Amino acid sequence: MTSNPALAANTKPWRDPAAKPFISIRNVTKRFGDFTAVDDVSLDVYRSELFCLLGGSGCGKSTLLRMLSGFETPTAGQILIDGQDMAGVPADKRPTNMMFQSYALFPHMSVEKNIAYGLLREGKSKAEAYERVGEMLKLVKLEKFASRKPHQLSGGQRQRVALARALAKQPKLLLLDEPLGALDKKLREETQFELVNIQETLGVTFIVVTHDQDEAMTLATRIGVMTEGVITQVGEPREIYETPKSRFVADFIGSVNLIEGKAGPAAPDLMRVETDDLGPVVVPPTAGLTQGQTVWLAIRPERVWLTREPRPDIANSVPGVVQDMGYVGHMSSYVVRLANGRLIRVTQANESRRDTPITWDEQVHVGFEPSDFRVLTQ
Amino acid sequence: MSPDPQSQGAPKPRRYKPLTMLAAGLAGLAGALFVGWLALPPGLQAALFLIIAPAFVYFLISRRMGWSDRWMVIAIPLLWFFVFFLVPFFVLGRISLAETMIARPPYSPLWETDRDGNLEIIASLENYRFILGDALYLNAYLSSIKVAFISTIFALLLGYPIAYYIARSPEPRRSILLLLVILPFWTSFLLRVYAWIGFLRREGVINNVLMWLGVIDEPLVMMQTDFAVYIGIVYTYLPFMILPLYANLVKLDDALLEAASDLGARPSVTFLTVTLPLSMPGIIAGSMLVFIPAIGEYVIPALLGGPDTLMIGRTLWDEFFSARDWPVASAVAIVMLFLVVAPTMWLQSVQNRQEERD
Ligand SMILES: Nc1ncnc2c1ncn2[C@@H]1O[C@H](COP(=O)(O)OP(=O)(O)O)[C@@H](O)[C@H]1O
Ligand SMILES: [Mg+2]
Repeated sequence: MTSNPALAANTKPWRDPAAKPFISIRNVTKRFGDFTAVDDVSLDVYRSELFCLLGGSGCGKSTLLRMLSGFETPTAGQILIDGQDMAGVPADKRPTNMMFQSYALFPHMSVEKNIAYGLLREGKSKAEAYERVGEMLKLVKLEKFASRKPHQLSGGQRQRVALARALAKQPKLLLLDEPLGALDKKLREETQFELVNIQETLGVTFIVVTHDQDEAMTLATRIGVMTEGVITQVGEPREIYETPKSRFVADFIGSVNLIEGKAGPAAPDLMRVETDDLGPVVVPPTAGLTQGQTVWLAIRPERVWLTREPRPDIANSVPGVVQDMGYVGHMSSYVVRLANGRLIRVTQANESRRDTPITWDEQVHVGFEPSDFRVLTQ
Repeated sequence: MSPDPQSQGAPKPRRYKPLTMLAAGLAGLAGALFVGWLALPPGLQAALFLIIAPAFVYFLISRRMGWSDRWMVIAIPLLWFFVFFLVPFFVLGRISLAETMIARPPYSPLWETDRDGNLEIIASLENYRFILGDALYLNAYLSSIKVAFISTIFALLLGYPIAYYIARSPEPRRSILLLLVILPFWTSFLLRVYAWIGFLRREGVINNVLMWLGVIDEPLVMMQTDFAVYIGIVYTYLPFMILPLYANLVKLDDALLEAASDLGARPSVTFLTVTLPLSMPGIIAGSMLVFIPAIGEYVIPALLGGPDTLMIGRTLWDEFFSARDWPVASAVAIVMLFLVVAPTMWLQSVQNRQEERD
């Protein structure tokens, strides 16, 4: 992360309260019958952002995207793109293009014709259109496949045709619905970087829908975590991971140990939380807590210390037994059972070839640094 | 059951059981056919032999090549095709080469042995020369094609929006609409054509309503006109247009329509550039299903058409049953068959070439 404030304001406009958002979603609700798919969502996205909407299946991501592209009309609320209210603007008149989850390539048209389709619709001459098609084919490295039909392409190639077709018209906003969802893992990882490169080269604003947290973390300038039609937290990937605002977000992004407890009296430097699992725990002071309030302590497995001997230098340390362990090469993951049966997940980097790694059924101590806890109230 | 030498003890025989039963069934059928064969006139026997012999040779060769399973699979449709299409076709072909005779059957045999024991073949193409030279038949053919063509166009223009609407309807309504399309088949086709007489005749429903509304003072003459024939054919064959179109349109992916509109296509442009080209197979199938039976249609022009409604089906009927000239009638039928087969084959080859290019 950069420390130059001018640069920060420039590349991270959402940190600048005076910055003007490029897309404003204001209190948008979408109901299908009596089912609320999108519930009072407000969101600002800035120019040249690569914004990821992250959430489980059925949480309303696609519906939100479809309202931006004009395929669905909001039941309530307002959508502004570049200052212009989109109410009543049909899909074919919006400055957006969509890359469909299924790609939706026209099966009866060649790759070239698919890409040219949008250009010809906006009244470009054939020569102009096909010049642009050439550029797009080069961008997605498909020059050799110009005259193929979609069914003669591999999944990855189709994905690139869909991207080229959506980008050809130079939309102000590109909407991508699970753009990499249909690709296998390896191809997906390669394509992620390609997608970021293209986005950075063209400077187009991207809104990407995904249910894959790794993908969101890799791609996004910011992530909006969605559940049951509501955006629960918006932030940079690091922010979402390090400082989740709710148990849901903490649990959804990566793996986490959540420990329930009651807040102790407010204190200036360190605060105590009474927990059933760990006993009294010392945590950093958190504003806005009343004594006796139920809180949840979130700590990532890689922040938990795991040792054979007790660590008196760590404020919180409890004994336990290794119930399960998995060796993944660069790291090992453990499940430690505490005296009351509570399971704690721990991961350790395998930095050196330790002669006797901790293994099953060993008596161990798990330690928690106060500053590694995140205190959650919801 | 004779076990496969390579699969002794393996659970293979189970796989062969249905095939063995099929083979036994086919053998039984062949036996029955052979008994029937003995009762056939000699001309027909010769014709049948000409088909069965190559088929048998093909069967032997294909067994050699190890195609037997595949052959078995297509045997039933092949048999069906053979019994109900090829055999009648050859019977007709054979009669069309004969001369009419006042006899039973009313045509000459294909060959005769004269007193010296010489074989004399009587077959001639005289009947074909006759019908191709007679303007009556030519006009009947042309006018049948015209009527079938125009009816097909109208059925398409009417059927496409209906099929489209049904395909785009939400599920419970879609099934009901589809049922409504098929519903007329529950009633006899003849009754439905008669019902149209009730609508179209001088004191029919349409005239009565229009007169009552004051739209017309004189009853319209609709019965026994080409108009009535078109109504009858389009009405009768409309489901055959709608069903294949529906089957095609219902598969159309909504995302494609959305993609087109996302790329800036107005709804009308989306229809012309996406929906219409993608529904071409449905259009072709539906048109064929209307055009082909409409060419040979007899009942509708006979019931609704006037004396000057010239259609080949009627000519055929007259030739068979009024003139009792079986050979000429058969020749007419064979020519009609080629008229129908030619456009089908042509379309097929166009489609094949298209697929090859893709
Ligand atoms: N046209 C529709 N009619 C009724 N329900 C819908 C419609 N579209 C989406 N939904 C419902 O809205 C919810 C959110 O859908 P969607 O936005 O597609 O979720 P996802 O986050 O997986 O993309 C789902 O429960 C879905 O069943
Ligand atoms: Mg979705």
